[in-house]
Amino acid sequence: MDVIEVRALRKRYGRTWALRGLDLQVEEGRVLGLLGPNGSGKSTLLRILAGVGHPTSGEVRVLGQAPGRATKARVAFVPEVEHIYRWMRVADALKFQENFFADFQPARARELLEFMGLDQASPVSSLSKGQRARLKLVLALGRDARLVLLDEPFSGIDPPSRERVLQGLLMAYREDRTMVISTHLVGEAEKLFDRVVFLSRGEIFLAGEAEELRQRHGKSIEQIFREEYR
Amino acid sequence: MPFDLTRPIYLQIVDNICRRVARGELPPGARLPSLRDPALELEVNPNTVQHAYQELERRGLTFTRRGEGTFLSEDPQLVDRLRQELAGRAAERYLAEMGEAGFSPAEALAALQERVKIAERGV
Repeated sequence: MDVIEVRALRKRYGRTWALRGLDLQVEEGRVLGLLGPNGSGKSTLLRILAGVGHPTSGEVRVLGQAPGRATKARVAFVPEVEHIYRWMRVADALKFQENFFADFQPARARELLEFMGLDQASPVSSLSKGQRARLKLVLALGRDARLVLLDEPFSGIDPPSRERVLQGLLMAYREDRTMVISTHLVGEAEKLFDRVVFLSRGEIFLAGEAEELRQRHGKSIEQIFREEYR
Repeated sequence: MPFDLTRPIYLQIVDNICRRVARGELPPGARLPSLRDPALELEVNPNTVQHAYQELERRGLTFTRRGEGTFLSEDPQLVDRLRQELAGRAAERYLAEMGEAGFSPAEALAALQERVKIAERGV
């Protein structure tokens, strides 16, 4: 079953086209790496899949439906921007998420919190950038979501946090859970992806199975990425 | 296990399992771990581990029992077969490298024998 179906998707902000005709199908249980430099359209695509942005034209189906209230209840979206209120404590942020999403699993979230080395009593304002990135991930993966959309989960954080985020994502993998992860830092994250899509100026210019691309090019996904965006 | 990311990861997992069988670390008939544990340990997508297991099965090195998992073949020849395969491949790499440096296979063999003597004296 295709969890994501996108056909001829176009999105315009004012006079600028952020997406210029995108086609994409993602099957259940896949981990898709959405790769491209800043401004290539990754965030726009994720926002549309999450149901918080709207297409200018084209067709989008998520879990068999047009993105909207029903899909939002089953899709966990982690935007790149900080969306957790800083006056909260970690425990409040968890409670907030629990009140908001029926599929939130408090016990699972507490486990993840511990794995991520975070303390429930800490004020959010006292957390480092890397710790806030870990908390964002806990809030998303604490949900029983069928589709997880993560916008730049590795950017701007210290290497130990990157490592934890990577492991947290692996722990969250399930056969019936699809993940889309955008990044402009490929690095170690490439081992996580089974499919990759390279975006440039709102268009897909290279897509495929990560292993086939390695075989065909004799290069790592990161090397292909660097060469394509030179 | 560090991977060479310029080559398919699943093939490297297959090679690693073959080496462990050849060394006797994994006995014939042993059950391979479920996808999750190696995926977390190797920090790869569980689908990549599954891909590796499928490749092992395609090569006749493993079989699956429904609901129970993936098992190494119970064939008593398995270890010998893998040892021969690995030895053959290592020998090919050696001969190829020597060939590039202008050595004939006979010269390569002589050089190898010389090395073996030195190694034995060292022990």
